[in-house]
Amino acid sequence: MRAWLPWLPRAIVLGLFAFIIFGPLMNLVLWAFAEQWYFPHKLPLAYGLKFWNQVFKPRSDAIGSLVTSIWIALFTVGACLALAIPAGYALARLSLPWRAAIMLAFLLPQAFPSLAVYINVARIFYMFGLNGTITGVVLVHTVHGLVFAVWITTAAFAAVDRDLELAARNIGASGLVTFFTVTLPLAAPGIMASAIFVFLESLDEFTGTFFVGVPDVTTLPLLMFTASLAGNYQIAAITALILLVPSVGFMLFVERFLKADVMAKVGA
Amino acid sequence: MASAALDVVELEVSYGPVRVLKQVSLAVAAGEFVALLGSSGCGKTTLLRAISGFVSVAAGRIGVSGRDITHLPPDKRGMAMVFQSYALWPHMTTAQIIGYGLRLRKVPKPEIAERVRAILAMLKLEGLGERMVTQLSGGQRQRVALGRALAINPEILLLDEPLSNLDARIREEVRHEIKALQHKLGITTIHVTHDREEAMVMADRIVILDAGQIAQVGAPEEVYNRPTSTFVAAFMGAGNAIALDVRPAGNGLAIAAGAHNSALGIAASDLGPGLDAGHSGPVVAHFRGEAARLGPVDGPGQAWPSDHLVLTGRIVQASYPGGHYRYAVAVGDRQFMVDDAQRLSVGDAVGIGLPVHALHLFPADPQKPGG
Repeated sequence: MRAWLPWLPRAIVLGLFAFIIFGPLMNLVLWAFAEQWYFPHKLPLAYGLKFWNQVFKPRSDAIGSLVTSIWIALFTVGACLALAIPAGYALARLSLPWRAAIMLAFLLPQAFPSLAVYINVARIFYMFGLNGTITGVVLVHTVHGLVFAVWITTAAFAAVDRDLELAARNIGASGLVTFFTVTLPLAAPGIMASAIFVFLESLDEFTGTFFVGVPDVTTLPLLMFTASLAGNYQIAAITALILLVPSVGFMLFVERFLKADVMAKVGA
Repeated sequence: MASAALDVVELEVSYGPVRVLKQVSLAVAAGEFVALLGSSGCGKTTLLRAISGFVSVAAGRIGVSGRDITHLPPDKRGMAMVFQSYALWPHMTTAQIIGYGLRLRKVPKPEIAERVRAILAMLKLEGLGERMVTQLSGGQRQRVALGRALAINPEILLLDEPLSNLDARIREEVRHEIKALQHKLGITTIHVTHDREEAMVMADRIVILDAGQIAQVGAPEEVYNRPTSTFVAAFMGAGNAIALDVRPAGNGLAIAAGAHNSALGIAASDLGPGLDAGHSGPVVAHFRGEAARLGPVDGPGQAWPSDHLVLTGRIVQASYPGGHYRYAVAVGDRQFMVDDAQRLSVGDAVGIGLPVHALHLFPADPQKPGG
């Protein structure tokens, strides 16, 4: 009798977790489709797609900042990979004590309070006229994304067995040819994953963009911020949902791509 | 020695402060199959990697057909290696892997396809050209690795323990296949192995390495029957060692009778390379378990031919590995492994009969009493 009783605490804990994770998302979805919702009502008074039309109408702020966001993210990915591929390869083939020290150095920008860092970055960029430019924002995002890019590409290169390269060298391939025909293709899934991480990081980045980009560069997170401040919860919610799409999509993609042997070497 | 296909002269290689190869010199004739034999850590793989250009050389010279290649990068040496791990690229098909070296050499596509087909046929891999490596068995992978090396017609083929990842049964087969293939193609081959039998079966000449130095070089029969050091004797299977006392007698030596052994005279012509005829004092005798015979202990010299050294002992352990029995015989405070066809019991007192030619004598090392 009462066979379900022992399951009750588990069900409660599970429900609680579900609420913590999905509760805010539900609120977001409600706001995205609410046309009228004010205190003291628990649920919106009218649902509709009015604000969606507003967001997606041509030449709207939202579409403009989405395009800006994507361009910035793509440039950031390009800059990060251009640095991380040679750096990751060198680090993967470097002896261990040095590797640990250099990897830690890439973590440094992350270690300090980001507000303090970005205020100073903004001050310095101002001197060079980089404030309010796409270049400035890309630079800030690149420094931020580099830690992921370097760590993951290092792991990806370290997972490529040295003998596989030597086998190519051995039968006549130069170092460069070996890199492009053997090492790079084998490390490609890991590099792909790091590119995706950097892309998502750039898409979501707020603090640096705020200090360096405002008011000339408006990315999606900045738009969301101004919309919330102005009380346009619907616009903010819809922007948030748009930001969610690439994140969830890429996460599924990354999960399929990153193999355990690469993950095991991250940071090692 | 300019005519040698491969000429290694006083080669030294260090890993950090550790010198792993010391004054290694070796000349290999064209078409010869040489095995580098030694236990792990003896430097045999390092020697192979120095020849292929993967590790840098501290001193010495490596020459190929008269060309000095000591400081050339690996891709300019005209060699091909079969790796222990096979090192097959998981992102390519069998045909792409075998054709890789040819594509680098800008060989026209139809010619590559033809050559790959010929290699696949030669290695009995027909129909597997479009398979990915991950879909192949261990034996097939091993042959693909060999095919990749052979496709470029290398001057020198390097084999780095290529059989150690195969099942014992397949390994025996592949030994003979590789040997036959090497003979047919006439490629100069250097083969690294820790397996004595593999080296004996495959190689024309065996180089035994010990602690970064060449201990002995010779044909399989020579290193087996005429070891020049206790290390080679023990490594080639003569692991039983007994301390004896000798003095010069006539034109040879006389072994003095001891607590557990009979006396024996040895003519100078019967002495191996390990000991001079004029030697006097303690020596170590190495012998193989299968070269000894067991018999009753009815007075030394009585039941045994006069050219036998007889040790007296007691059986402490018996096993049957197949074909014959194997006994552990305690002689004094030492134990010897001896093979014999007759069935004996643990506890039996026995004599171990050793014909003169089965004894490998060396001056005793004062550091190690009793060998």
